[in-house]
Amino acid sequence: MNSDLVSISKLEVGIGGFDDIAVGGVPKGRTTLVTGSTGTAKTVFCCQFLAEGIRKYNQNGVFVTFEERPDDIRANTHSFGWDIEEWERNKAWAFVDVSQQSQETIVSGPFDLDALIARISHAVEQVGAQRVALDSLAAVFARFNNHAIIRVELFRIVSALREIGVTTIMTAERDSEYGPVARYSIEEFVADNVIILRNVLQGERRRRTMEILKFRGAFHHKGEYPFAIIPNEGIEVIPLSSLKLQQLSNDVRITSGNQILDQMCNGGFFRDSVVMVSGATGTGKTLLSTTFIAGGAEQGERSLMFAFEESPQQIFRNANGWGIDFEEREQGDLIRLECVYPETAGLEGHLIRMKAIIEEYQPKRVVVDSISALRRISSRESFREFMIAFTSFIKHKQIAGLYTTTATSLLGSDVVTEAHVSTITDSIILLRYIEHRGAVMRGITVLKMRGSIHDQRIREFTIGSDGIHIREPLETISGILTGNVMYERG
Amino acid sequence: MSLSIVLSLYVAGNSTRSERAIHNVEQIRLEWAESDLVVTVIDVLEDPAAAERARVIATPTLVREKPVPERRIIGDLSDVQAVLQVLNLGSFEKGKNRGLRK
Repeated sequence: MNSDLVSISKLEVGIGGFDDIAVGGVPKGRTTLVTGSTGTAKTVFCCQFLAEGIRKYNQNGVFVTFEERPDDIRANTHSFGWDIEEWERNKAWAFVDVSQQSQETIVSGPFDLDALIARISHAVEQVGAQRVALDSLAAVFARFNNHAIIRVELFRIVSALREIGVTTIMTAERDSEYGPVARYSIEEFVADNVIILRNVLQGERRRRTMEILKFRGAFHHKGEYPFAIIPNEGIEVIPLSSLKLQQLSNDVRITSGNQILDQMCNGGFFRDSVVMVSGATGTGKTLLSTTFIAGGAEQGERSLMFAFEESPQQIFRNANGWGIDFEEREQGDLIRLECVYPETAGLEGHLIRMKAIIEEYQPKRVVVDSISALRRISSRESFREFMIAFTSFIKHKQIAGLYTTTATSLLGSDVVTEAHVSTITDSIILLRYIEHRGAVMRGITVLKMRGSIHDQRIREFTIGSDGIHIREPLETISGILTGNVMYERG
Repeated sequence: MSLSIVLSLYVAGNSTRSERAIHNVEQIRLEWAESDLVVTVIDVLEDPAAAERARVIATPTLVREKPVPERRIIGDLSDVQAVLQVLNLGSFEKGKNRGLRK
């Protein structure tokens, strides 16, 4: 047992994020079973296992297909940018085609699958493969009635592959997302290592997750990790809990874009902090965002805005109205606007795209306006994962972040922000409507600022043709946060 | 006229199962002596490329290459009647396969 622990090394798979949750990859020289119900991307996983081997590690592969025809696989993976035909020509990839022939198979007396083993070994030899994928075993069971023989034979295939020394991914079908590991109990006799792929309906949305159920004698992270299938890339796993929220806190201050707000924060936001701006619709959240962006551009810092609620034209027009020339800045490459409808992708898809844009643009400041728009398209659980993953990503890169969130009631305060979000943000700024002597005014306050003293008072602010104007503290009014406003006589 | 029957038998090495299958096919061939029946035995361990070309996965597998359409039966072929039925040999020149019609 213990000697197993020492001897099992890992093979880096190369699928984005996978090796993080697998702590280095799949057990090398062994077979790992990948199970999932229909439509969970098992075939994509197999193809990518081989594709990344060829592209990243110069390891060739053999694909044993029981279900889909090689032609279909070649065609279906084109959208990921994998040119299987080219690899076949270069003797980097070989198919062993075991897909169902039109005729039925008649059985008379005992048999074995030595021919299949011989063909796989032959193909491995032909391309000098180090990786083998078998997709999917259920098809073998479906074809032969004698399951006892098939069980023994699959066990022999796994042993043969181990003897050849290749690392293997084998897929099997499941009937339900949280039922038995695999149909025909394949996992009991073929694999010490099991990965489960899921495609779960959660809050009217499909959500893909990957779970490493076991790696015998080797370490891995437990639990379900969300993943997405990205055009031109393939599978990308989001390794949430393996990303530690270890923030390099430094005390460099940056401007919020507004002098008085900087004073309220005792000298500006922290360089690597995430600020949440919460307010009802129309209170000025987007204005505060553009002020923050403009403040960055003013310092020569690249600033990026993800706008999920407004079009570029709207933002340009509004910014112009506040005296900020976004268009000129964008041309000067100091500002970049990314306007996307939240509904165009799942949260995982948004996350991966946003990360890619940040990697490419390398901004110093990032605004997400608003996270409420993203909350709308997701379940509570996947939203939480998204927030953690995105926040930890920008913190690792020491980017200053500003998120806006829409409060649902106009006056007073409902829940300031969803609890799990407020714990990962460093500062919270509230924008509120205040009814005051028969008129509606706006109030702003810094509710929380981690690691710094700050102005605790609520100030009135107005929005003019040159942007935001923060005025005197509203010292004669109390109860604004609770929505239960009281006036002091004076 | 004499129908040409071409069979290929895929076996793996010289296991008892292989030997039994070869023996059973040989029986059939003997019974069909008067017609033109050819059997080729292919060892997949020695010629895996042939198994790949024919897309054979199980051993033993008997393939009727001619007459077309192709037919296949797997197992050690111990049930000769079943084999004949699947390969549809019984219907060719019935008068000649005396020994098999008891």
